[in-house]
Amino acid sequence: MHNKTITELAQGLRAKEFSSVELTQHFLNRVNKHADLNAFITVTADLALQAAQLADVRIAKGEAGLLTGIPMAHKDIFCTQDVKTTCGSKMLDNFIAPYNATVVDKLNAVGVVNLGKLNMDEFAMGSSNETSFYGTVKNPWNKNAVAGGSSGGSAAAVAAKLAVCVTGTDTGGSIRQPAAFCGVSGIKPTYGRVSRFGMIAYASSLDQGGSMARSAEDCAILLQSMAGFDAKDSTSVDTPVPDYCVDLNKPLTGLKIGLPKEFFTSDLNADMAATLQTAIEEYKKLGAEFKEVSMPNLKYAIPAYYVIASAECSSNLSRYDGVRFGYRCENPADLNDLYTRSRGEAFGKEVKRRILMGTYALSSGYYDAYYLKAQQVRRLISEDFKNVLSEVDVIFSPVTPTPAFNIGEKTANPIEMYLADIYTIAINLAGLPAISIPAGFINEMPVGLQLIGNYFDEARLLNVAHVYQNTTDWHKQSPT
Amino acid sequence: MLSVIEVKEIAHLARLGIEDENVSAYADDLNGILMLMAQMSELNTDGVKAMAHPMDQVQRLRLDNVTENNQRDYFQTIAPQTEDGLYLVPKVIE
Repeated sequence: MHNKTITELAQGLRAKEFSSVELTQHFLNRVNKHADLNAFITVTADLALQAAQLADVRIAKGEAGLLTGIPMAHKDIFCTQDVKTTCGSKMLDNFIAPYNATVVDKLNAVGVVNLGKLNMDEFAMGSSNETSFYGTVKNPWNKNAVAGGSSGGSAAAVAAKLAVCVTGTDTGGSIRQPAAFCGVSGIKPTYGRVSRFGMIAYASSLDQGGSMARSAEDCAILLQSMAGFDAKDSTSVDTPVPDYCVDLNKPLTGLKIGLPKEFFTSDLNADMAATLQTAIEEYKKLGAEFKEVSMPNLKYAIPAYYVIASAECSSNLSRYDGVRFGYRCENPADLNDLYTRSRGEAFGKEVKRRILMGTYALSSGYYDAYYLKAQQVRRLISEDFKNVLSEVDVIFSPVTPTPAFNIGEKTANPIEMYLADIYTIAINLAGLPAISIPAGFINEMPVGLQLIGNYFDEARLLNVAHVYQNTTDWHKQSPT
Repeated sequence: MLSVIEVKEIAHLARLGIEDENVSAYADDLNGILMLMAQMSELNTDGVKAMAHPMDQVQRLRLDNVTENNQRDYFQTIAPQTEDGLYLVPKVIE
């Protein structure tokens, strides 16, 4: 059952080949069997089985949608009412969310079965899932390698078939990079497409929720039920959500794909370049035309990102003060000691680093040099994308410089870790949608390709990914 | 370059406890990151408008009506310390 797509499972449920309770129990068994991957922080078995029973009733009444009764899981950044929501941090180890994120409510409304909460880098700050208070997620393809981050638990759970599909969030590549490292598909939608209400904030002008699954088609089905305007999120964009599945098979004849010359330089790992070239040839066979494009300001994306993300993180994380919820230190001497020690004891090293960096960047006398400058650079990068996307339909690029690195390999040097996000970060600065799909293997580890689209062009990205997956089988490979 | 003393000042601004033995490591990390950020100075941004939202959307406003129910008791069930509906903190005014 765990090898089936959402559409196949929905058919099986309707044909009474199996019930949602049976399907859910099957996946819960797999979650237990693969507990060593550390993909889950919290497993909500009882709630999942209750949801499955309700789903079976809906299916029997003929009131089911494609996702009704389908076992999925949420990144532990989405608030789930009465269920522990940690964001991968000791700070929220005792936090039972008093409300649901809009994404959680929307998916509950269509009758999904939530198996639990997935591991992640602490407050989504990390590219390897090594900053989680709950330990590193292991890559199902090689347990010595990282699963990527920050949605590492999400990607590992999909790759190991512990859930049919999952939610993730992406601030600088946190859906796309772990998807590439674990050989699964993941889409980061346009900023404002998916509600951020109840999605614990890291860098509010960059954070965006999205879907991850074993195929672009399943990503489309899940995203369909996640996307849409939400009055509770003041940055949500009030634009209708198109049908993401109707054009999935649209032929790619005449599709114009841009290749940014700044991404395809001699610096690109030779194996990665060869893998991507094979994908380019496949797209040419499918009727696409490639064109070299240039985005000269891309090289400033990493410095601009780390200024903006750190600044917004220092502001967002000021809410964790040990007063209203979350961790509080023992026996505080006074109010300042309460704040300082609660935060000092409960935040991990990477979170502290970014709070310090952001506090400095926003402090009096430095604001113009860092935050304002970074926001100006952000506009220039965004204009590069706008120019290119007026000439081509989508942009093709690597997702990561290499396949998944080994656990512990990059923890000593934060900058080395930051630089590995070179291909994903600029997209968040521009707020554009992008999808990462499996494109092959290097040394038996999966690698991905990235397709970047224009604002609100998720349907096209899903189409371009799905047509490729119709003629390739990289996404169908599974770890042993 | 940030000194150890400056890092301590920043930590104080952020109300963030850092163990004394780790301050110099944080200073080294932050100085490395600042060098990375300094690359932005190569780029001329004179006259470029700062970008805060990808679609340059402005903050949406709504009517000033009550939209939420009072759930204070429920929200305080997860608070570290409360009394009579109030959040308790160490005494601030002597």
